[in-house]
Amino acid sequence: MRPFPSPEALRRFPFGLADIAVILGTLVLLAAIAKVGAGALVSFQPPDDLPTIDLDPRNLPYYAARSTLRMFVAMFFSLVFTFAYGYVAAKNRRAEKVLVPLLDILQSVPVLGFLSITVTGFIALFPGSLLGLEAASVFAIFTGQVWNMTFSFYQSLKTVPSELDEATRIYRLSGWERFTKLEVPASMMGLLWNAMMSFGGGWFFVTESEAITVLNQEFTLPGLGSYVAAAIAAENLPAMGWAVVTIAVVILLCNWLVWQPLVAWADKFRMEQSAAAAAPESRVYDLFKAARLPSLMGQIFAPISEGINQFLARLTPLRQPRPVNLEQQAQGDRIFNWLLLLIVGALLAALLRFILVTVGVAEVLTVFGLGLITLLRVVILMIVATLIWTPIGVAIGFNPQLAALSQPIVQFLASFPANFLFPFATLFFIRTNISIQIGSIFLMALGAQWYILFNSISGAMSIPTDLREMAKGFNLQGWQLWRKVIIPGIFSTWVTGGITAMGGAWNASIVAEIVSWGPTTLTATGLGSYIEEATRLGDWPRITLGIGMMSLFVVGLNHLFWRRLYQLAETKYHL
Amino acid sequence: MTSIRVTNEALIVMEGVSKSFPQPDGKGEHLVLHQIDLTIRAGEVVALLGRSGSGKSTLLRIMAGLLKPTKGRVLNRGKQLMGTNPDVAIVFQSFALLPWLTVLGNTELGLEAKGIDRQTRHTQALKALDLVGLDGFESAYPRELSGGMKQRVGFARALVMEPLVLFMDEPFSALDVLTKENLRGEVDDLWNAGQFPSSSIVIVTHDIEEAVFLADRVIVLGSNPGHIRGEVLVDLPRSHDRASPRFKALVDHLYTVMTNPEASVTQDLTTTQPKPVTTSIERSPYSQALPHARSGAVSGLLELLVENSHDQVDIYQLAERLQLTVDDLLPILNAADMLGFAEIMQGDIKLTDIGHDFATTTILRSKDLFRQQVLKQVPMLASIEKTLTEKQNGSMRAEFFMNLLDEYFPRAEAEEQFATAVDWGRYAELFEYDASEDRIYLPAISNR
Repeated sequence: MRPFPSPEALRRFPFGLADIAVILGTLVLLAAIAKVGAGALVSFQPPDDLPTIDLDPRNLPYYAARSTLRMFVAMFFSLVFTFAYGYVAAKNRRAEKVLVPLLDILQSVPVLGFLSITVTGFIALFPGSLLGLEAASVFAIFTGQVWNMTFSFYQSLKTVPSELDEATRIYRLSGWERFTKLEVPASMMGLLWNAMMSFGGGWFFVTESEAITVLNQEFTLPGLGSYVAAAIAAENLPAMGWAVVTIAVVILLCNWLVWQPLVAWADKFRMEQSAAAAAPESRVYDLFKAARLPSLMGQIFAPISEGINQFLARLTPLRQPRPVNLEQQAQGDRIFNWLLLLIVGALLAALLRFILVTVGVAEVLTVFGLGLITLLRVVILMIVATLIWTPIGVAIGFNPQLAALSQPIVQFLASFPANFLFPFATLFFIRTNISIQIGSIFLMALGAQWYILFNSISGAMSIPTDLREMAKGFNLQGWQLWRKVIIPGIFSTWVTGGITAMGGAWNASIVAEIVSWGPTTLTATGLGSYIEEATRLGDWPRITLGIGMMSLFVVGLNHLFWRRLYQLAETKYHL
Repeated sequence: MTSIRVTNEALIVMEGVSKSFPQPDGKGEHLVLHQIDLTIRAGEVVALLGRSGSGKSTLLRIMAGLLKPTKGRVLNRGKQLMGTNPDVAIVFQSFALLPWLTVLGNTELGLEAKGIDRQTRHTQALKALDLVGLDGFESAYPRELSGGMKQRVGFARALVMEPLVLFMDEPFSALDVLTKENLRGEVDDLWNAGQFPSSSIVIVTHDIEEAVFLADRVIVLGSNPGHIRGEVLVDLPRSHDRASPRFKALVDHLYTVMTNPEASVTQDLTTTQPKPVTTSIERSPYSQALPHARSGAVSGLLELLVENSHDQVDIYQLAERLQLTVDDLLPILNAADMLGFAEIMQGDIKLTDIGHDFATTTILRSKDLFRQQVLKQVPMLASIEKTLTEKQNGSMRAEFFMNLLDEYFPRAEAEEQFATAVDWGRYAELFEYDASEDRIYLPAISNR
């Protein structure tokens, strides 16, 4: 019998090169956080005491660090929220009835809408400090990251394999042990995947939230986004170029230092009981594994963590189902349902009052019309992007080497914040006299299209080889091949990509329908520009109306269109 | 060692237990278990034998306290059971190991929950792993192990808890034949040598031979709803010798009982077989369940039988040869029996003349035979065909027939009945089914 862990491993000289790298890396990281974090606490007294942006490219690393720190702070809060909300929604029957539909709606509210509504509140919360603006920015990123993570966690909790659930119950695991040993690990893969996607999308919001105008007042938060805004105002093209390079480097670094190691680590949380063909790899994670320091620390702290675990386990004993009084339960449900009905009724009354009294029916109809215009843009975008990127995606997906090569590139493109490219496009529109009415479609597509490409590639890769060989054998070509094999094969992944792309396009419309370069501002007619203008003026009723309308469009499309396609994909085109 | 260890001390007692689940569409309830009275005594190995749908796993979970009975009560050591049973550990069919914990971590799972300190935990877990032959694998992850090894971890995790009663829920059915044989033998050896930390074992299985090999007492469960049909004592010295005539006789008897829902379970092994005198009581053609066997499987079975001399073969041997579990084999046998292609008697299956004809003639002729037999023997399909011919356009919404089936079966079962009916109907060229339109219609005349 071999004791665990082997003592000779511990007795060996405890430090190697890997340990030195890990120690140095940790120290550098801590120092950087301290230095950058301090910047968040500087004095801020608008309108006299405002942070200024220096366009000298040498400041870029500092600005990038500020933005990155915000991303990670938001990710931390997203995780906390995810665990709490998802857990309650999955465990409490009554809460579930409210929380899940609410999540569905929150997910459809455009992220920049949250920002417009909350920024003044946050500034008031921390008077005289930049922390208020920081909080508003972090909150905007948070709202961009959190919903799909929460959904994923909730869904994992609901679909824990029944025998694993029974095993934890028969072996009498406490609530805490169940959470740490079964529920969190079981949801880890989905959670990590969604966190990665969210983080990629977050760059767009962090840059957008660092320089916004509310109530005709400009708020500037030092970071990459405000650097870009300043560069636009100064018509400084070289500075723009530097900013693009910086964000690219930052995204790659985050991938390399954070996400790749996490993916490699999380591979052990796969549910399949058999070994994977190719486990994900990461140099940085290998370094961590090679270092002896982490496991040594683990040994030292083991008794402490054991104590904490036992303590928490005692706090959350295994809940035995109490004898349920069906009569009582039914009555409780009735009261609960009445309460819900009452609240929904009150909300509806408030909505009606808002429409009739505050903004007026005419305004609502106008905004609906604007929504239709933006919808038209989104639809054109989806069609054109599909026509262009699906064939390319399929071609890449059918070629395994090309697919392996292109996947990280496409993933990088998807997380690259499109608003960094807006100034270049704007300049192009101004020079070539292209109308922003059409140009804004292109701007919205800059971010959204990659999801279609990305999912077409993975869809094509998932078409079984024997199907493709069959098609070759029967000499299926051109349209025939597409109709019989490719379209059914990639349909379900295309639907997934389509939903993501469309959500991204709606979000982007708020910034894509108004763009500027120096003193020139181009404005397209649409719901996005309506919201942006209302935000600039601080016109609360119109902000609310615009955002509400956009959420309505997104929720409506999801239910009327995407959900049906999903069902079709699940039943008919399931591979 | 014989089954002398059995004492009269009752460990778990079920009194008049019934269990029903709500239907998925929220309409009504579906009765899974009906009026179960069962006692597990100290020192015995009890097998719960039944086909799928007999509620045997549900029965086990009620005794484990994982499910609450709808009616009746469960006594554990004389006290009414509330919540999960503290005296029980379960070995699961799918192993139910946590993939992110090592073998050691998985084995320690229950000990940690008990609040036992780290050092003691390690020692006890390593001892249990040693017992099941997993010495040296403690730092491996489940995915690195073969199926048999994984189930050994499942056993170690259960044994380390020293449960009063060990439950096994089809513990070997996910394993390949050789591994299954090997692990089953080892479990039996451990039990016979008195090295088991439990005083009783309850095993759920649909494998007849496994039940007779491991158990002192075999409880036979019937389906729809699940109920106890009777029990057979395995009156053989442990370990049960498979070559002994008594072993064979017990297995044969259980096969007969399992293939024939009407036969009574007796200890003297004489099967009083009230061969279903197709009663003249007017019953709906949709109340009689079809065995879930595809037409292709029935045809394959007949081909196989025709290769045997006398067109007759022992079912037990057939199961061995095909390596099919009872759940897979019995529906096929029952279908052949129902269609009049074969007869089942005393643990044997024998081809009828029509069956012989079917197996030896051309495919077109055998399809004709199939149609003729289906119309004659299977009221449900005859009725569907009649309904269609009476309609002018020769077509009918599938929903119509589903509703008829819903009267007699829970929804999931009704769907399966429908699927089987469609399969037989298609093979017999009686009717066709368009899944996207959800309609059943007569084949175009040109095809006939």
